[in-house]
This record gives sequence, C-alpha cells and structure tokens, in this order.
Amino acid sequence: MKTFALAAALLAGTALALPASAVQFKMARGQDATTLDPHAQNSGQNFNLLHQIYEPLAHRDNDAKLTPALATSWKLTADPTVWEFKLRPGVKFHNGNAFTADDVVFSLTRAKGDKSQMKGLLTSIESATKVDDLTVNIKTNGPNPLLINDMTNLFIVDKQWAEANNVVNSQDFNAKEETFAVRNTNGTGPFVLKSREPDVRTVMTANPAYWGKGQFPLKVTEVTYSVIAAAPTRVAALLSGEVDFIQDVPVQDIARISETNGLRVNSGAENRSIFFSLNVGDPDLKFDTVEGKNPLADLRVRQAIDSAINRIAIQKVVMAGQSTLSGTLLPPGSDGYSKELDTVTPHDVNKAKALMKDAGYESGFGITMHCPNNRYVNDEKICQAVVGMLGQIGIKVTLEARPMAQHSPQIIEGAIDFYLLGWGVPTFDGEYVLKFLYHSREGKGAYGSYNPKYSNPELDGMIKSLATETDKTKRDATMAKALKIAKDSLVHIPVHNQNIAWAMKATYDIPVQTENTLYIKYIDVK
Amino acid sequence: MRDTPTALPRVSLQQKLFRLWDSDIAYSFRQSPVTMAAGFVVLLILIGAVFAPLLATQNPFDPSGLNLMDGKTAPMAVNEFTQNSYLLGTDDQGRDILSTILYGSRASLLVGFAAVGLAMLIGVTLGLIAGYRGGIVDSIIMRIADIQLTFPSILVAMLIFGVFRGVLPVQSHATLAVPVLILAIGFSDWPQYARTVRGVTMVERNKEYVQAARVIGLAPLTIMIRHVLPNVLGPVLVIGTLGLALAIIAEATLSYLGVGVPPTQPSLGTLIRVGQEYIASGEWWILFFPSLTLLALALSVNLLGDWLRDALNPKLR
Amino acid sequence: MLAFVLRRLFQAILVMLVVALVSFSLFRFVGDPISVMVGQEATQEDRERMRQELGLDQPFPVQFAAYVGRIVQGEFGISYRVGRPVIDLILERLPATLELAFCAAIFALVFGVGFGVFTALRRARFSSKAIMTFSLIGVSLPTFLIGIGLIYLFSVELKWLPSFGRGQVTDLGFWTTGFLTLSGLKSMVLPAITLGLFQMTLIMRLVRSEMLEVLRTDYIKFARARGLSDRAVHFGHALKNTLIPVITIMGIKLGSLVAFAIITETVFQWPGVGFLFIASVQSVDIPLMATYLLLVALFFVTINLIVDMLYFIVDPRLKSGVALARH
Repeated sequence: MKTFALAAALLAGTALALPASAVQFKMARGQDATTLDPHAQNSGQNFNLLHQIYEPLAHRDNDAKLTPALATSWKLTADPTVWEFKLRPGVKFHNGNAFTADDVVFSLTRAKGDKSQMKGLLTSIESATKVDDLTVNIKTNGPNPLLINDMTNLFIVDKQWAEANNVVNSQDFNAKEETFAVRNTNGTGPFVLKSREPDVRTVMTANPAYWGKGQFPLKVTEVTYSVIAAAPTRVAALLSGEVDFIQDVPVQDIARISETNGLRVNSGAENRSIFFSLNVGDPDLKFDTVEGKNPLADLRVRQAIDSAINRIAIQKVVMAGQSTLSGTLLPPGSDGYSKELDTVTPHDVNKAKALMKDAGYESGFGITMHCPNNRYVNDEKICQAVVGMLGQIGIKVTLEARPMAQHSPQIIEGAIDFYLLGWGVPTFDGEYVLKFLYHSREGKGAYGSYNPKYSNPELDGMIKSLATETDKTKRDATMAKALKIAKDSLVHIPVHNQNIAWAMKATYDIPVQTENTLYIKYIDVK
Repeated sequence: MRDTPTALPRVSLQQKLFRLWDSDIAYSFRQSPVTMAAGFVVLLILIGAVFAPLLATQNPFDPSGLNLMDGKTAPMAVNEFTQNSYLLGTDDQGRDILSTILYGSRASLLVGFAAVGLAMLIGVTLGLIAGYRGGIVDSIIMRIADIQLTFPSILVAMLIFGVFRGVLPVQSHATLAVPVLILAIGFSDWPQYARTVRGVTMVERNKEYVQAARVIGLAPLTIMIRHVLPNVLGPVLVIGTLGLALAIIAEATLSYLGVGVPPTQPSLGTLIRVGQEYIASGEWWILFFPSLTLLALALSVNLLGDWLRDALNPKLR
Repeated sequence: MLAFVLRRLFQAILVMLVVALVSFSLFRFVGDPISVMVGQEATQEDRERMRQELGLDQPFPVQFAAYVGRIVQGEFGISYRVGRPVIDLILERLPATLELAFCAAIFALVFGVGFGVFTALRRARFSSKAIMTFSLIGVSLPTFLIGIGLIYLFSVELKWLPSFGRGQVTDLGFWTTGFLTLSGLKSMVLPAITLGLFQMTLIMRLVRSEMLEVLRTDYIKFARARGLSDRAVHFGHALKNTLIPVITIMGIKLGSLVAFAIITETVFQWPGVGFLFIASVQSVDIPLMATYLLLVALFFVTINLIVDMLYFIVDPRLKSGVALARH
C-alpha cells in the first residue's frame, strides 16, 4: 500500500515535472527590429532578434569569444587571400531544407548586393565558391586576416527558399521596400518564428530539429518578444512579473529593480561608443546661423566643443554612473585600443571660450543638433545636457530629437550637420571604426557611409591598407597612427562607452553580452 | 491739474469694488470656503507665473545657466558635488524644480489663456451670428461645429504638428510649439461656445426689447453687442473657466505625446513627461511637484468654474 | 421616421465629404503624392507617368472626385514610413482600438449615469460628495498620469492586472479579439478605465445637473402628489427626461474616444491605431495621417447616427412627426 502511494506520488511528480520543463521566456525591449530581412540593415537591434532565428558561420558568445556556429572550422589556404570554411553537417533550415555550401555562397552574394546595408562589412570579399557540399572557399581582394570578424552577424539564408519567394535580393530598407523576407524567416537557428506583429510582439518556438541539442542549455521552449516603448511601462511590466526579462533598463531604475525581491540586474560595459558627429565637409551648413561658411570645418571650433563637454557630469547625473568616459571611438578590448588613445579631454570652459574667440566666433553661433530618442541609453538627455554645456561657450543649439528610424537614414544621406550617434564594434577591431566613420564617403553601406563628410586621402590610404595587411606588427602600427589622426581630427567627438543593464527574474542569471545581443539558447533556468 | 482727473475715477473705482463686494456673486464666493481656497491657489500660481523671472532662482529656459552636476538633488538636500541645495530639488538636467515650475506654469497658463481666448472669440462670434441670423447661415455654422467636434484638440494639434514638421524647416520646430498649441487647442474648442451662445441668442432675439431695438432701427451689430452679448457672458465665462483647465491639461498631454513644447523650454506638461520616467526610481520629486502644481491649478480652476456656474444659475443653489 | 433618418444620413455623408476634403488637402499639399505611390528610387519618367495616371494634371475638383472614388474603393495609398498599404496597417490595428473604445464607452456610460443619478438623488450624503470630489480630481489630472498611476497601483504594487498590451488575443480571421481569453479581458481593465474616466466624469456631472433640474419641475411634483413611489418618480419620470439632452452630449463625447485612445495606447503599449498615428505624425507619414482622420470622422458620424436613432426611443414627440431641432 505504502509503495503504491509512493509510486503514485512519483508518477504525479513526473507528470508535474513534464509541463514545468516547458519554459516560456517573456522578454520586452524598447524598440522592435525594423525588418526580419537579415541583410537589410546593419543594426544591433535587428541582430538581437535575428540571432535567435538565423545563424552566421560564427558568432561571439556571452564572453565575446568567437564561437563556431554554422561553420565548424576555418583556415587560410596556401593562398593568403583564400579562406576555407568547413560547414556543419546535418543542419536543416526551419522548412526542412538541408544547409549546404550553396546557401553560404548565396547568402554572401545577397549580403553584398546593392540594396543590402551589410555590404559595407564585406567589402574585402571578392568571391565565394563552393568546394563541396560542406566546404566553401572565400576569396578576398587582398589578404584579410580578420575576415571571420566581419561575418559574426552575417546570417545564412536558404537559397531555395529565397528563390521560391522572390527574395534573392535584400530588401532596400531606406526605400521602404516590402518583400517576403521582411515578415517571414527561414533560418537554421534555435528558434522558429511563430507569429509577428511589428512593434507589438514576436513569438518564437524552440526548433525541434536544432543541431545544437545537447551542446547548449536550450531550456527555453517559447519566446515572446514584446515591444514596450514607454520606459515606465516596461519597468512596470517586469516589476509586476508580466515579463521575465527586459533588455533596455532605464539607468535610473537599476537600483530599484535590484533591490526588489525576486529580480536581478546584470550590467557591464557595452562594446559601444557614444559620440557627436560634426559635418566638416560642406562649405556651408544647412542647419546653422553662420552664412557662407561652415563653423564646424574649423578645427578650433571642434576643439572648443570637445572641451566644453563635461563628460564627468554626464556620467554622474545622466548615466547614473553606467558608463565609461572615452577619448576615442574604439571601445576597450578591441584591437588597436590603447590607454593613450583613450585619453579623455578634460572639461575646460575657459579653454573652449578662448578657442571660440580664436576661431572668430566669440559671440557664438546657432546650430541644430539632431538626436535619436529611443536608441541609446538616455540619448536625448545626453543631447539636452550638451546643449546646455555648449550654451556656456556661446553656441546656441536647437535640439531636434526623433526616433532612430528617422535618424539613421539622414546620417547615411549626409543630410544633417551635428548629431549624436552610437557605434558598436562587432569585429572587435579598430578598422571597423575607421572604415565607416573616418574614410571618405564611397556610397551607401560602403566605406565612409557614416562619415560626416570628412576626407583625408592620407588616412584613406592607411585605412584601405588595414584590410589586406597580414603583417600584424605593421598593421598595428598603421592602425595606431590612423586612430590617432582620426582622434585628433575631432570630426567625431567621443562622450563615453555606455553600459548595458539587463534586468530579469532571479530565476534567471543571464550575463550581459558586450554587443548587447541576447542569445536565448544559452539561457539556463535555475 | 493732476489731481482732478485721477481723483474722480478713484472714487468710482472704490464704489465699484464696494458694489462688487456686496453683490450676489461675491456673497456666494464669501460663503464658500472651498471656492475661496481655489481662488487663492489660482491667484498664487498666477502671481508665480507672471513674476517668474523675479521669483525664480534660475532661468530654466537658458541652458547655459545650468550646471548638470546639480542634477537629481533631493529637496532640501545638499548636492554632494556642488554643495548646492534646493527647496524642491532639481531634475535630471540640474534645473531647480521650483524655478521650472514657476516658468512652466507660465508656459502652461499662456497656452491655456490664449487658447481659451481664441476659442471664445471664434465661438462667441459665430454663435451670435448663427443665433441672430438663423436659417442657412445658422445651418452652415452649426454643421461646421459638428465636424469640428469630431476632432478633439489633441488630434487637431497632432495633425497641425505633423503638417508643420513636413512643411517647415527643422530649426523653427521649437519656436513654433507654443503658437501651434494655442491654435490647435483654440480651434478645437470653439463649438462649445458657439452652441451655447447660439441657444441664448435665439431666445433673446425673440424677446420684446430686442424686437423693439430692431424696430427703432438699431444695426444688428449694435443689438448683438449691446443687448445679446451681456446675456451670454455668464455661460461663456463658465465654459471658459472649465475650458481653461481642459486647455492646460491638453497642453500637458500633447507634451507627453512628444508634440508639445520641447524639454529645453519646459511647460508643466513637459516637466511631468520628464518626471514620469522617474516614477519608480526614487527621484519622486521630479514628478511629484510639477504634477501637484498641475493638479492644484486645474482643480482650482474647475472648482471656480463649478462655483461660477452655480452662482449664475440661482435655481441650483 | 424615414425622412428623418434619410436627412441624418445625408448630413453624415456631407460631414464625411468635408473631412475627406481636409484629408485630400493633406495629401495634395503637404506630402508628395507621387512619392506615396512609388518609391524614392523611381525615375523621372515613372513619376510623370504616375502623375498622369493619378490625374494630378487635372483641375482640383476633378482630382478630389477621383480621390473620393479611390477611397470608396478602399485605396488609401502606401505608408511613407512602412511601405505597406495604409488600409492594411489600419485594419490590423483597428480591432484593438475599437474594443478598447467600446469597453471605455460602456464603462463611462454605466458608471457615469449611475453615479450621476446617485449623486443627484443623495446630494447631502458623504459618499456623494466624495464621488464629486474624486471626479473633479479625475478631470484635473492628465490622462497619461492617471494611466501610469493605475499601472503602478494595480500592476506593480497589487499585481492584479497586466500593465501592457492586449494579452492573449484570438484571431477570427477578419478580427482579433481580446474578449475570449481571461488574459485579454484582464488586459482590458486598466486601459478602458483610463480612457473612459474623463468621459465618465463628464457624463456623471451632466446627468447630475440635468437630474437636479428635472426633479425641480412641476410634473415631478405632480407625480409625487399623485402618490407615485420615489422609485417610479426617479427612474420612470426623472431619469427618462434627463437622458434626452444627455444622449446628445454622450454621442459627441463617446465619438471622440477613438481619438483620445492615442494617449491610452501610448501609456499601455496598446497595439491600436492611435499608436500607429503617433508614429506617423513623428515621421510625417501623410497617407496614414489622412486615413486616420477619415477613420475618426467615420466613427464619430456612426456614433451620432446611432444617437439620432436613440432619440426616437427616448423622445416620443419625434415619433409623432414633430421634428425637433437638435441644437
């Protein structure tokens, strides 16, 4: 009788345990991915969602370590311009199609296409060829020792699927193109898209055929990815227990959340620099009060702005301590970073005023600053604070804050003069910063696509050489020199590297990933 | 020379004041402590707003006068970096909350009064015309009023903002905020006045004294201003008072939705918008004091409006 | 009755035409109508061809007629912001807003009339005064602040109700509803109260003052003198007569609920059309703004038509053919 009861209890226990193993992970972010097309935009907020569904050949794990995903290994062939990638066998796309070398070749071509904004990362790739079903050779237009670093967000799509659905080309994001791939996915990733309402919610379920079973925790069976734009509502959703995880925690709420029973906040430095960019290239600015010339083209004005910014005050008050001051756009931990490069300009209003006087702007001038208001930690507040600081040296700034979706196209178009931008470095290499932000403009998505019209042929030459230089010492030397020139040019004025804070129920302990990318497959449940 | 002209009005002013003090309205005012308190609060906020540049310790509209290091100082506490202390604390940009409230009330009241004035002007004029002329003119005006009622002020304001953003250069966005708010709120509130005035006018028009005035050949405009207008003033004043509270709240709401005045030139609404981000974080004063001011102002104005309506409508007393 | 209905219907169409004119002017003069139809990448010839196809070289009235024609066929243009047909975007979001507005309207009506009658009949009671005071505070605070306050009280502190979104919705093909699941219903409570509170207060105050006026009239005194019970006097006579002016105002007030939902949807991350409208205003998405305008007008006109029909039920004089001017 007793044994029977025990057996019954055990049975009941297992019966209970079964549904408990289904883990629904409800998370909320402040803004949604703008598209599901994996090659349409080079944007962290898109990658954050797409990494659950699609996979690159290799990605950076929670410790930012390069980790094989769809490739199992890669090595340079005898030819220093050709890399050989061995692909993971037995991988299937969500629709059941087998993953082969054809898909890799196709995806690379797609991402290098005209409409893709990923092409800027892939400029060094000349061609990709299939060797056999599970081997791909990638030829670069010169030796590129860091090729794999450029490909950690390069998602592999199914060739057959893309052809069948007329999405061989990437969506043209800036032209608001609408294609099948914008709302439908077919990846190899640990989660399958179940439903999606843009700007509301995306539901994903665990991929039953995922290749990584047994290698990763894979505890989560269903993900609900909600968008809650209003920060107090987002925090309230976590405090009330409606969501398990919020990825954008307002800095002012970190203390309150960590003090709440049953909740946890993990924070750490994000691999992302926040800075102001200044149009130095146009002969006259559209958004200033100075007629006939461009005040920002004068280095002394840029130096004045640099000295007028009180970075410590921004860190203490606006960021509530959640930042590291910076003197360069390259975050610590990347190749090319040095302490010396990262010397922070001290706050010195008198020096700034003197520089303004030198430049002939003693009585100041007026200018419009454009600022995103939903992308970076307290972006609009940083801008507002800087408006006040610049007011102290006579620069009367009109602040125009708007959502990132309107901000970034205007930067790429070169339509604005003075703006805030954040730059993450997914390659963990200084070239990424130099190439997009300091090299002369060479077209959308390519070299210099985020450059505020600065042009320095000498620097351009150095930047181009970085892509193909195989001698590490030589490359390091060139990069150090280039980064120094870039820093001193002050076309971008660094403010800080922001910290990221992730808040969650205490049953989870998800470490922050330095690119602010959440990999749900790594999530363990206590 | 100097004494005679000034002496006369002074006496008459005193008499007028005395008569006012003795009137029914003043009596009912004196009899209601709640109304008197409301009147006092409104007066206090009005004085604060009008004399803000004299009373405030800093000008929050001038960003160059701010020290970010003062930011988020608790009320009466001493800031650890600057050693400054503020009665009501500071916000996240280092602005003294008391000063921002004084200046903010100024912006809110300006928008409120101007919007109500505009709505009143349009509404009373159209209401008088519709009620006096009747017929097709009346039909057209009242149909337009119907259509206008379809669109609440916040919607009209957002549309105007949307259009302006598309048409005008970006530099002018900040300076346009206040006029756009006034236009939007003013334009969407006039039908209420028009409806009321039209109703009263129709009644008055058929009264004997108005008909008599018409017979002796007075111009319609004179009749309307001299005989009809005084009769509609009471209800218009009531609607206007309640409308003032609504306009102030509408301004706050629009600022919350991101189409109001910019955070660099705060109104009460913008202050609340900024403050609501701190609702859970412990910096309660950033939200609390501006909200309290808005509540006190709108509540008092509402109470005055209620009282005025009851006082002007003796049946309800 | 038929003549009355037809006249009202005609007026409703007139109102819609005027709003369409405003919305068309937005299209024609603020946005670039060609860019609405084709992408930025289109060539000059594409644009010229489009210009002729759309008849933009025609005189204004002809263009307007064509616009109305397109609207009637359900063509509202392509959103600048998202690049999809505006009508699809709006139809996806419409159920959320309409369900919210419906619940808010019911809340405002039931509690507005209930509290109004109660405070009129029991003027001296403490509870009456408390209700009146609370209602005044309710209209003296901006809606968004009340919404945030409700979230903190009922979601964060008490953990009774959800703080955002619609909860679990059921897709019926043409309509997504939150009414069929518990989480959907629970999600509705706070937004509906937030949205309806202001209208509730207005209705309550209106019912109260009308009721007080009616209670003073002679026929109520006669009814009492006839020995009718309080209940019969209050609800049979007084309330019925109170409701006639109240219904007119309610039509107007409830009609604007869809527009007011903009605020509530922002606070509660409610996936409705108001949310869409805010995004479109920020990005000057003219086609969406213009269509939203038409939608709000349509809702308003419909509500008012219903109200006009209600007149017949409440006011017997209309049935006998004595058409009452509405104003």
